[in-house]
Amino acid sequence: MNLFEIPLQALLSQVVLGLVNGSFYAVLSLGLAVIFGLLNVINFAHAAMFMLGAVLAWMGLNYWGLSYWVMLLVAPLAVGLLGVLIERLLLRRLYQLDHLYGMLLTLGLTLLLEGALRSVYGVSGLSYEVPESLLGATDLGFMILPNYRAWVVLASLLMCFFTWFVIEKTRVGAYLRAGTENPKLVEAFGINVPLMITLTYAFGVALAAFAGVLAAPVMQVSPLMGQSLITVVFAVVVIGGMGSILGSILTGLALGVIEGLAKVIYPEASSTVVFLVMVLVLLMRPAGLFGKEK
Amino acid sequence: MTVPALEIKDLNAWYGESHVLHGVDLIVQPGEVVTLLGRNGAGRTTVLRAIMGLTGSRKGSIKVHGHETVGLPTHRIAHLGIGYCPEERGIFSTLSVEENLLLPPVLKTQVPGMSIDDIYAMFPNLAERRSSQGTRLSGGEQQMLAVARILRTGAQLLLLDEISEGLAPVVVQALARMITTLRAKGYTIVMVEQNFRFSAPLADRFYVLENGCVVERFGASQLSSKTEVLNELLGV
Repeated sequence: MNLFEIPLQALLSQVVLGLVNGSFYAVLSLGLAVIFGLLNVINFAHAAMFMLGAVLAWMGLNYWGLSYWVMLLVAPLAVGLLGVLIERLLLRRLYQLDHLYGMLLTLGLTLLLEGALRSVYGVSGLSYEVPESLLGATDLGFMILPNYRAWVVLASLLMCFFTWFVIEKTRVGAYLRAGTENPKLVEAFGINVPLMITLTYAFGVALAAFAGVLAAPVMQVSPLMGQSLITVVFAVVVIGGMGSILGSILTGLALGVIEGLAKVIYPEASSTVVFLVMVLVLLMRPAGLFGKEK
Repeated sequence: MTVPALEIKDLNAWYGESHVLHGVDLIVQPGEVVTLLGRNGAGRTTVLRAIMGLTGSRKGSIKVHGHETVGLPTHRIAHLGIGYCPEERGIFSTLSVEENLLLPPVLKTQVPGMSIDDIYAMFPNLAERRSSQGTRLSGGEQQMLAVARILRTGAQLLLLDEISEGLAPVVVQALARMITTLRAKGYTIVMVEQNFRFSAPLADRFYVLENGCVVERFGASQLSSKTEVLNELLGV
């Protein structure tokens, strides 16, 4: 296990591939963080929303002839709309109760959605072609990077930056940050906090669907595709600090890279390393890397 | 006859199961400064919270500039022209001083609020520290900020909860001058105060609450004749 025996090329290419996975972690944990910040709900439906994004992309192409690019816009909007319904009709009734109920409800929704789609599409996975304009690969010198994977990283980073910018630098974001601290007072200033909560949930799940469409050409589109990813994403949220925007973005990317490195250095640990990091971080900083102690 | 800025009739309010206000009646005319006195737990803060719709359930009538507010959600009550400054001040730690100041939206009343320059002229400390984190300010500065941010919105009825609490005498004097200035500008003010010496020279009228009921009401001119009653009711 000597680091110097590993060819630099393999190391670098795993870092880049790690960034691709990290991009998914970042966008997904960002959505979870935004939702948790304002709603105090741990959204277990996130896995299903991610999967819905991918399945919608597949359905768009195969049933209605809608291209990848159209679905990259339409799927998040549709899932966002579903988010509006979930928040208005279901989640809203649970805010007075313990957090556990929100978690149970969203977990139940996930099981329902996954079950329903599994009965239609099975579990074997549907294939989705890379859009034509992103076919091919680029030679980076140390590796050949498929253009589509480069696009995943780019699109995710842009989306993360956009979200960060809106929350940290705009007036709407100031409402959101203030609402996270003291929603009652923000409402007493005349801001429609219940509407803000609905839209925040919708935005959070739309982010998951966006990641789902991005994932469709690189993962097998299947009703259970969210399952394996979401466990890691929850670890990312915990490591970054519950509700921290920047924390979830940076931690998501970093953990993707760490996972990638583990694959060359000690492959047996590649699926465990994230949780090892989680244990270490929690031992030293119980509120997470970017979280504030309450 | 002018429409009262605030007219409360037979107000009952609850926090969950506990019944906190028992038939409170209160009237405030435009331009008046009214102080709610009473011991801790007498229900003064709850009256302000009930006006904003922040208690559990409430029954009775609360009219703001003639509009019934019982049954309205909190954010719509604010837009009738109310600026609320809570006891805990509610300065947001994730926002800078200026962001805190700009947070409350301009209300749907036609009245223009104070401009940001006017506010900085009135509170020069805040101008100096506009990019600091809101909660890094001293207690006095935070209190100034908590009041300043509701002056921008065009609110004409200010609900100020214990603004002099826990502050140094020199800051309390500055706050008293501020209330006098605001009053001269025509603001209607309802204050909850523990500090009787702070509020006595400022208010036009006083209400005394005990166990969620109004037990005394009198004007500033009757203040001297009420000293004994007040000593007994407030335990000062």
